[in-house]
Amino acid sequence: MTERIDFSQQPDERGHFGIYGGRYVGETLMPALLEVEAAYEKYRNDPDFVAELKMLLKHYVGRPSPVYHCKRLSEACGGAQIYLKREDLLHTGAHKVNNTVGQVLLAKTMGKTRVIAETGAGQHGVATATAAALMGLECTVFMGEEDIRRQAPNVQRMGLLGAEVISVTSGLGTLKDAMNEALRYWTGVVEDTFYVIGTVAGPHPYPLMVREFQKVLGEEAREQIVELAGRLPDVLVACIGGGSNAIGLFYPFLDTECEIVGVEAAGKGIETGEHAASLSHGKLGVLHGTKSYLLQDDGGQIHEAYSISAGLDYPGVGPEHAFLKDVGRARYDTITDVEAMDAFDKLCQYEGIIPALESSHALARGMQIAAERPTDQIILINLSGRGDKDLSHVVQIKGENV
Amino acid sequence: MNRFDATFTALKQNNETALVGFVSAGDPDFDTSLAIIDAMASAGLDVLELGIPFSDPTADGPVIQRSSQRALENGMSLSRAMDMVAAIRAKHPELPIVLFSYYNPILAMGQNEFYAKATAAGADGALIVDLPPEEAPELTSQFDGEFPLIHLVAPTTSPERQKQILASAEAFVYLISRTGVTGSGELDTSSIAGHVAEIRDATSAPICVGFGISTPDHVRAIGSDADGVVIGSAFERIIEDGLDVPAELPEKLGAYVRDLKAACK
Repeated sequence: MTERIDFSQQPDERGHFGIYGGRYVGETLMPALLEVEAAYEKYRNDPDFVAELKMLLKHYVGRPSPVYHCKRLSEACGGAQIYLKREDLLHTGAHKVNNTVGQVLLAKTMGKTRVIAETGAGQHGVATATAAALMGLECTVFMGEEDIRRQAPNVQRMGLLGAEVISVTSGLGTLKDAMNEALRYWTGVVEDTFYVIGTVAGPHPYPLMVREFQKVLGEEAREQIVELAGRLPDVLVACIGGGSNAIGLFYPFLDTECEIVGVEAAGKGIETGEHAASLSHGKLGVLHGTKSYLLQDDGGQIHEAYSISAGLDYPGVGPEHAFLKDVGRARYDTITDVEAMDAFDKLCQYEGIIPALESSHALARGMQIAAERPTDQIILINLSGRGDKDLSHVVQIKGENV
Repeated sequence: MNRFDATFTALKQNNETALVGFVSAGDPDFDTSLAIIDAMASAGLDVLELGIPFSDPTADGPVIQRSSQRALENGMSLSRAMDMVAAIRAKHPELPIVLFSYYNPILAMGQNEFYAKATAAGADGALIVDLPPEEAPELTSQFDGEFPLIHLVAPTTSPERQKQILASAEAFVYLISRTGVTGSGELDTSSIAGHVAEIRDATSAPICVGFGISTPDHVRAIGSDADGVVIGSAFERIIEDGLDVPAELPEKLGAYVRDLKAACK
């Protein structure tokens, strides 16, 4: 870092993190975003809102989630000590619920009667449907048809929770296409409907608001690791699709000396072109209302991203990550499908924990780093979700080897 | 006088409604698209909105999504669209041409180069769907001269915000008739009349109404209040329905422009 940056002052009032972020949407949606922003600014420090959110996070979501020292896995890697932030233990099985409880509570407080959401792996869809059921709001979730195929259990969960799941057939039928369709739908029903975006992307105020709802996990982790290990970690590792679990972990550590490593999906290998590494291999652009790094061609047409994990195959990335990369506060590495699957197996075998394929990317990179470091170093990895939803997909990939 | 002012002034003197037509550049292919636009301009189209296809058109309904897809599959790009503008300009020296685009292709080209190429080709302005006035200076500050960005007003726009938008209106104001994406929903002409009157109080720029307008009856109804109508999905539907015989498309589109233009008078 060349100069001291006060990360608590990001973004600026119009949602810019350096040159990234902002609000790039059609005029019909602009007033809705201004309304969400005004409501969020009004309630974020409102004592009643804060108290209710805190109560829900504790008694409904199950916070705080533990930090756990993986002794057997650390020993197997032969280096630094690996600790996991166990977001997989939360209600609905992933960190996504931190944000949806916050946003749906905000929607309800604003007097909205319906929420919509996009989903890739289905975790955000399930978490939105859950919060909507809890608070008595109607819920519609947009999901690509390819993802519906890959993540059938989550589609069934959303149905049980009373949400309507709309299959999106445009493009390759993945997260990007689901978000396109959710934005189109919102444009038509903007007056009574709140759009619950699941990641730290999208137009301002979403990257700010989602970070603020997710940072609870990093704040807890910072206290817990000091309690457990007696000091702050040397390295933080989290996977990045849009980047919400990663920003949740990273943000409360930005003012420390910890190394910060985000992990993007290298898919079948960067050289094949089939990957989702927008920070490492993308270019500056505007998609879904925000300016950030994007996978795109020379003419500015967006490429489809690919990953074994439906939660990571997004061609963009949250603007704050682009900013953290540029100023050198975080670095962003990549992990292939094969490496992630190997880490998935190791966590099952050594610790009795079945991780989500998304989180397996963070795990894989964390294990590589641990292997290179002395045994007295501490690597804290965000285990953002559990792997139940991926079982049929994993079994299919492994064939008869299960 | 620029081409927008010349066109709208002349139409006003004749008490005519401006017919603004949106066509996706390169749908279904470069040559057919050029022939379609040529036929439309010859049939009386007053302003051309040339759509630059984008992979993720989040403000557009299924008809324009499919037309963008066809154009992209046949090699259209912002850069190729500039060639098309030059070809149209050569045949129609007076026709105002608006580049209708999402922001990302322009960013990918570079803001300076976009301005240089667009003006060299003979375009008159741009409408950038996902570039609101708040973010627009990052683009317009790179322009070396006059190149208007068309501002939009939506039914959801608050009175205060509307005032700010109209204060910097250039060329014409695009009033979105209703919430939703392009090519969907019904037209509510009575609420539009009220909104047009409100805008007229705040700006002297011509007011064109778009979204949901597809027939001569719509044109007559809107034209009694607004200065112009914008039609897009209706043209793209004719293109889509006639894809089996592309050679007939220019005449079909030209004929529909004549029907619509008759309703403008």
